[in-house]
Amino acid sequence: MRLDDRQFNLVAASALIAVAAHLPRLPLWLAATLVLIAPWRMWSRRRTAKPISAWLRVPLVIVLVSAIIVSYGNIFGREPGSALACGLLMLKLLESEKVRDARAALGFAAFVMMSALLFTQTMGFTVLVCLSLILLLASLNALQPAPIERRHRLASELRIGAALLGLGLPLAIAAFVFVPRLSSPLWGSPDAFADARTGLSDRMSPGSMTELLIDDSPALRVQFEGEVPPSAARYFRALVLWDFDGSSWVREDWLSPQTPESVQTTGAETRYEITLEPTNRPWLVSLDVPLQAPENTRMTRDRTLYARNRVDQLRQYRVRSVLRYRLGASIEPRERERALHLPEGFNPRTLALARQWRSERRDDAAVMKAALDLFDARFTYTLSPPLLGRNSVDDFLFDTRAGYCEHFSSAFVVLMRSAGIPARVVTGYQGGWWNALGNYLLVRQSDAHAWSEVWLEGRGWVRVDPTAAVNPARIEAGATATRSGQAWYSGSWLLEIRNRLDVINNLWTRTIVQFNALRQKSLLQPLGIGNAEQRDLLLTLSIMLATILIVATIWVMRSGRSQGGDSLDAAWRTLRRRLANRGLPERADEGPLDYLKRIKQSWRADPVLPVLEELVQRYVELRYSRGSVEVADIQAFARRIREFEPPRAVKTNRNRAT
Amino acid sequence: MSGSGASTGTLRSRVLVIAERRLPALTRLRALESLPIRLHRRRIYVLPSAFGVGFAILLGVMQLGALNYANNPAMLLTCLLAAAAWMSLFVGFRSLADLELVSVSASACHAGDLAQVSCRFATSPRARPNLRLRWNGIDSAFALAADTAGKHMVSLPTERRGWFRPGRLRLWTDQPLGLFVIWSWLNPDVAILVYPAAETSAPPFPKGSQGQAERASAADGDEFSGLRDYRSGDPQRRIAWKASARHESLLVRETERLVDDDLHFDHTALAGLDGEARIRRLTAWILAAEVARRSYTLELPDQRFGPGVGDSHRHACLRALALMPDAA
Repeated sequence: MRLDDRQFNLVAASALIAVAAHLPRLPLWLAATLVLIAPWRMWSRRRTAKPISAWLRVPLVIVLVSAIIVSYGNIFGREPGSALACGLLMLKLLESEKVRDARAALGFAAFVMMSALLFTQTMGFTVLVCLSLILLLASLNALQPAPIERRHRLASELRIGAALLGLGLPLAIAAFVFVPRLSSPLWGSPDAFADARTGLSDRMSPGSMTELLIDDSPALRVQFEGEVPPSAARYFRALVLWDFDGSSWVREDWLSPQTPESVQTTGAETRYEITLEPTNRPWLVSLDVPLQAPENTRMTRDRTLYARNRVDQLRQYRVRSVLRYRLGASIEPRERERALHLPEGFNPRTLALARQWRSERRDDAAVMKAALDLFDARFTYTLSPPLLGRNSVDDFLFDTRAGYCEHFSSAFVVLMRSAGIPARVVTGYQGGWWNALGNYLLVRQSDAHAWSEVWLEGRGWVRVDPTAAVNPARIEAGATATRSGQAWYSGSWLLEIRNRLDVINNLWTRTIVQFNALRQKSLLQPLGIGNAEQRDLLLTLSIMLATILIVATIWVMRSGRSQGGDSLDAAWRTLRRRLANRGLPERADEGPLDYLKRIKQSWRADPVLPVLEELVQRYVELRYSRGSVEVADIQAFARRIREFEPPRAVKTNRNRAT
Repeated sequence: MSGSGASTGTLRSRVLVIAERRLPALTRLRALESLPIRLHRRRIYVLPSAFGVGFAILLGVMQLGALNYANNPAMLLTCLLAAAAWMSLFVGFRSLADLELVSVSASACHAGDLAQVSCRFATSPRARPNLRLRWNGIDSAFALAADTAGKHMVSLPTERRGWFRPGRLRLWTDQPLGLFVIWSWLNPDVAILVYPAAETSAPPFPKGSQGQAERASAADGDEFSGLRDYRSGDPQRRIAWKASARHESLLVRETERLVDDDLHFDHTALAGLDGEARIRRLTAWILAAEVARRSYTLELPDQRFGPGVGDSHRHACLRALALMPDAA
């Protein structure tokens, strides 16, 4: 039997939603084509009942496959694979003319939805995809033959879909929690599908951070064990960049194993736990400056942390840091040379200025002060700075005078090196938003920051943040305070809401996304099983499934034990039961009217008596009248019965009557 | 093995035969049941449909993928879908459980025609949006609304005259998703009278034998109550004006015409034909006489009907013909 338009449209809508979950990752031409196929087919089916011939469909599949190979260079792998799945799903719509095809298409749509979750695992997205199952189930339901023409069919189908999903919820949760997770994958590697954002880069050139600074996605979350440091002290150190080639700052040897620079603590230790979002890079973030490398990480000479493997999943680690410190009491000659090196033939004006300062003032501190004084009111802090030429520092210092942390720290370090003071650029995050509800610090990608460190005799590496000289608010109040001229949709009020909602996101990440074999093992601890084996988990799962199924079976059986009759009988039974509870059961030899008579004698002048009288009359009318009775009337009657409240007890009524 | 299809077919039927013999309480395939029949939960069976099996395999693949990539959101989605699919079984079960077949009735038909069998179901507060019925190889779909008396007409082909027992019927549904087939067998004690088929081009009526007319008129005198509603084509002189005046519509005297000429259909007189052919011809004559509204008498070897005309007379004659023992 050919699908009718309604059925086809629902199936097409389900397929479209499944593809929509992939759209952001698909190339534009494919996305546009796929999105257009469904409405086109809906329209063309209405015009002609002719199916699309295989002579068109088979070449289309070939075109799809070759287009994907041309576009991605491959047909395997997650990106081309998902594109292919989306394409095949849409092409399946072209041949879905029978219930059988439509069912296959819907099953495939479910698979495509699932694969979308392999890419993105945020709570909002997962919830949306799960909710779209309602449409999928409704479409499956719509494929059932409908012998009776009904109104509001879509509503009833969606209701069935939602009801099934709701009924299945306990079962789904039990299965989700107790299906044993694999401790190692059966094939492939799990990070093939990691949802990594580009975080900080180990290469910094003017303007390279712009994308990061407008990215509001979370970078890391920090839970402190003791006091939370103030915003101005929250410098998260990620990378130290030593080498300047005239345009960008890089570091090439960050893996070289050397003993870290010495740290002399001058303040209290801060202990905290960081949850780092996946970055697909190996470096970790810690508060300036970390004392020890956590497990499975190493500390570089300049006290940054890096992991043995790339951070391709959410990563949690505990660190101890000290916020007031003296770093690197001595500097090796080789390091000193490196910290003073500047490329030949770049930024002559900056060089001249620094040399002039050096000749005027002897003191390193005085030169530093002169440089910081340079960043005065003439400089503006902006996230959309003008482009810079070959001599980027010269252009920035003397012409454009507009930029953000990257420009300031870069210019400052070049100035220092020109003046003969060892200096380096440090990148990381600064600030963050304290979430009082979740009791953690949320640091977003937009909190990315770059600052400088200079080495001074007797003081070691000293942190200098030239951005603070230009824009103190950036450091005191955080990155959001600097963004006034942004569009409304990224306005601070929205960010504020998103900051607060991050509690839920964090909870989601910790409980759902990060749920793994390890956590599952400790799941049965309340039952006295400290280290649950797969066997225990499966046993628990079976017990829970059995319980749920028994409950479901009882639900079905209970309905099987109904006393028969229709809704009118059921409503009448309800009324009689209520009256019986009040001490007035109906006798077997009584009809409704006799029953009413007896109640009247018993209750006398009770205020609800007229209501009851009316109800009984109405029942008699509905039950015994010859004319046909509308279902709506019965429903209205049943509602009135439910609302009817008989007097508390007969005894009190008698008291009232006397 | 010569052919796998045939061998599985016979295997299946053999298993069924064994099941019927060994587990009558389970299958309830053989014993006739008296109406009304209520579908108790114990006689409702459930199996996944072919699509259901395919869907389960798909869910397994999805689950395996989610497990392999340690992807919990995908796992959650798969679990939700699987749970919803599983729950659809219970919803489907509910749409069949407690269904009550109250009565089965059919108007008589001629052999070879479709018998219009009407099944009435008890009103219940539950709507059953999609039920299927398979009876004598005929599939039909119907739905029962909540709180309304449900009725479903099935057209069953008939082959032979006499009592037609349609046998057991299969009520089933694959509500709401088509993943599970939920069914129950009913074997209601129903017999439908099937009139003999009428000969297609029967010869004209036989010449009426003498002496029948007087008897007929005497019988007519008894039957003068025969006033009927006016039909277009009735001659004016037959209208009973006096009676019509007291009535809403015109009435026609029925009996007047019966006296005219009486037809005599004799089974034994049709010696040239075999048993079934005789019955078919007699049937054709009876129908023709009814159309012409002429009085007729049916003479069977051991029975005699009439003379008369009208529904009850026709039914008595056709019933007798339908139930005549086989000539062979």
